[in-house]
Amino acid sequence: MSARHLISIEDVDRPGIERILDRAESFAEVSGREIKKVPALRGRTVVNLFYEASTRTSSSFELAAKRLSADVVSVRSAGSSVDKGESLKDTIQTLSAYDPAAIVIRSPHVGAARLVAGWCDASVINAGDGKHEHPTQALLDVYTLRRALGSLDGTSIWIVGDVLHSRVARSNILAFKRMGAKVTVTGPPTLIPRGIEALGCAVQPTIERLGEADVVYVLRMQNERMHESFIPSLREYAARYQISTARLAPRQLLMHPGPVNRGVELSGDAIDSPQALIGEQVKAGVAVRMAVLYELLVGTPALAAVA
Amino acid sequence: MRARLYRRPLEPAELLLRGVHVLDPRTDLDESRDVLIRRGVVAELGAPGSLPAPEGGEVLDGTGKHAFPGLVDPHVHLRTPGQEYKENIETGTAAAAAGGFCALIAMPNTAPVVDEASVLTSLCDTARREAHVPVGFLASITRGLGGEELTEMAELRDAGALGFTDDGRPVASAGMLRKALQYQRLCGGVVALHEEDPALSANGVMHEGTVSARLGLAGIPSISESTMIARDGAIARYEDARVHFQHLSCVESVAALAAAKQAGARVSGEACPHHLTLTHDVVRTLDSRFKMNPPLRGEDDRRALIEGLRSGVIDCVATDHAPHARYEKEVPFEQAPMGTTGLETAFAALYTELVLSGELELGVLIERMTAGIGLYDLPTPRIAPGEPANICVVDLDAVWEVGANGYVSRSENCCFHGRTLHGRVVLTLADGGVAFRARMLAEAAAQARGAIA
Repeated sequence: MSARHLISIEDVDRPGIERILDRAESFAEVSGREIKKVPALRGRTVVNLFYEASTRTSSSFELAAKRLSADVVSVRSAGSSVDKGESLKDTIQTLSAYDPAAIVIRSPHVGAARLVAGWCDASVINAGDGKHEHPTQALLDVYTLRRALGSLDGTSIWIVGDVLHSRVARSNILAFKRMGAKVTVTGPPTLIPRGIEALGCAVQPTIERLGEADVVYVLRMQNERMHESFIPSLREYAARYQISTARLAPRQLLMHPGPVNRGVELSGDAIDSPQALIGEQVKAGVAVRMAVLYELLVGTPALAAVA
Repeated sequence: MRARLYRRPLEPAELLLRGVHVLDPRTDLDESRDVLIRRGVVAELGAPGSLPAPEGGEVLDGTGKHAFPGLVDPHVHLRTPGQEYKENIETGTAAAAAGGFCALIAMPNTAPVVDEASVLTSLCDTARREAHVPVGFLASITRGLGGEELTEMAELRDAGALGFTDDGRPVASAGMLRKALQYQRLCGGVVALHEEDPALSANGVMHEGTVSARLGLAGIPSISESTMIARDGAIARYEDARVHFQHLSCVESVAALAAAKQAGARVSGEACPHHLTLTHDVVRTLDSRFKMNPPLRGEDDRRALIEGLRSGVIDCVATDHAPHARYEKEVPFEQAPMGTTGLETAFAALYTELVLSGELELGVLIERMTAGIGLYDLPTPRIAPGEPANICVVDLDAVWEVGANGYVSRSENCCFHGRTLHGRVVLTLADGGVAFRARMLAEAAAQARGAIA
């Protein structure tokens, strides 16, 4: 297909990723201006359809579309027809009546974005589908790392924590690999999915060899996991896997997709340390999402396409 | 023994199948024959061209076609009562006839559940009015499939139940299953088990493995099935009970069934066409037609099932035909109900994927596709003089695209949708009557009648 949708990070090859990042660099410059707007999407409509709570993803998509001068409609499940039991397909048919150029969708269900792409004429951007993928998060993380390191080629990236329930982990493993990095995942064995090696990453049961990492990417540890017996206690989790400055060498970079559970997966001092890129990641969100919208709706096909 | 299969009244066939290649693994026949059917009974088998046309009957040219004993399916969901928007006895048995089946056994997980004699009696009456092919029924083991109270199994047997199952759900409690198996001594009937340890399968929606890891979908590990087969095989042996294991899906389950048989338990097992031909790799598309329970598993599992079927550790094929309305399946994978239809595609899928690929002999496939009701102490179809006409005629050279002309079933959630398959059923005789004929044959028959008139 052409570059119509961004459903999976696998839809974009390495040159495609680089092109999006280059464009994001130029949009980052726009964000530095007093009037942070370009007319690229004037007169076009972008629908943000969020079936899950989200702060940074939804606000950065909204801001990205507005800075490109699009008309933006944001629909959240609470209080909408979705809340009244309307099916996803019917909701999409309703929203299609507004002839949107793009639909950005966040859903608790794997494959929702792909289904939506089959049901409407708009470009569909996956803003997170269940535990499957979160491709724009992966792009902004690669963008942040490229700015910090120049290139990901040959770097060692460790992803630490609850890989089982993380769409960020899946998209990021694939994106980091595609950009030339070596990826290792580690976390409690109950939270590492059987068969994850098939994505091309190594698996370590402990953080003993964390020193090998150039970048430590820490995942959010949700409180519910304790009640589901994936871990005996947050205390034991923190004892074994919490990343603190004591466990980091000064040269290692620290990332986290947010929101952080301070004192659980990350210690307070690590969050506030100069090697943490967490603030950079958030900042990158708007520029990278502007670049994605631009590539899909205006630019020549950078997204090399699977359907 | 009282008959426990129900069908609508039909006209007994008067028919000569001329020069058809008869393959019946139980009579060791594998040659061209004239097959004469009088009053719905196989009257005579003769050399090709040797038998006269029956008076007032019909002659069909069987040249180039195969005649097998009618296929049987010990595991279908016909959705009556309560879910007729998915399927009903009329449409489900029509789909079965189109797939070459001459007898079915329907599962009790309907709404209401078949857990009382009154429900079963009314179901049998419906089948007497609507069923294109004979249907038998299982009742549930526990009330409402709740896993906590036994049904009135003896009364249900008297009302016509072939046996008992909580299919769709496991009998999670070993103690409850043991009581059902003890009670079987009073009432008879096979106890059929959907094996799944809910503590292991939890909220899983597909096979646990590399594909579920990639997709972020919760996995159903193979051991959730195999550990239960091991457990219940041991209980069956201890109680000397008759147990049938439904829809085996993985290598560990085949081993557990073999071990239980080896140990002397009176157990049997079935495998489904989708588990024998597809693997979890197809789930990468997130097409909800590939969502079923048990799930499509790995290639090693598929190989083990084929080998189990070949060796006889797995006794028969069952489709687990599970129709669902389009809108129910047109949702994200995790939200979609489990199940695929299978009656119209079972033979062609297995013939294409297992026989043409050289993995299974045609005779063995036919044996396993006709063995399922014998396990419930019903007579197995044969093509032999004196037997009721239960025959399916197949054009093995016909190539067709699944779903291209729609489905006979009310539902279209077929996991083989869009695939090109070899082998098409052209005629089905069930319990003495013509239950299905392909349009081509129907037109030819109409012309012949016109010519005579």
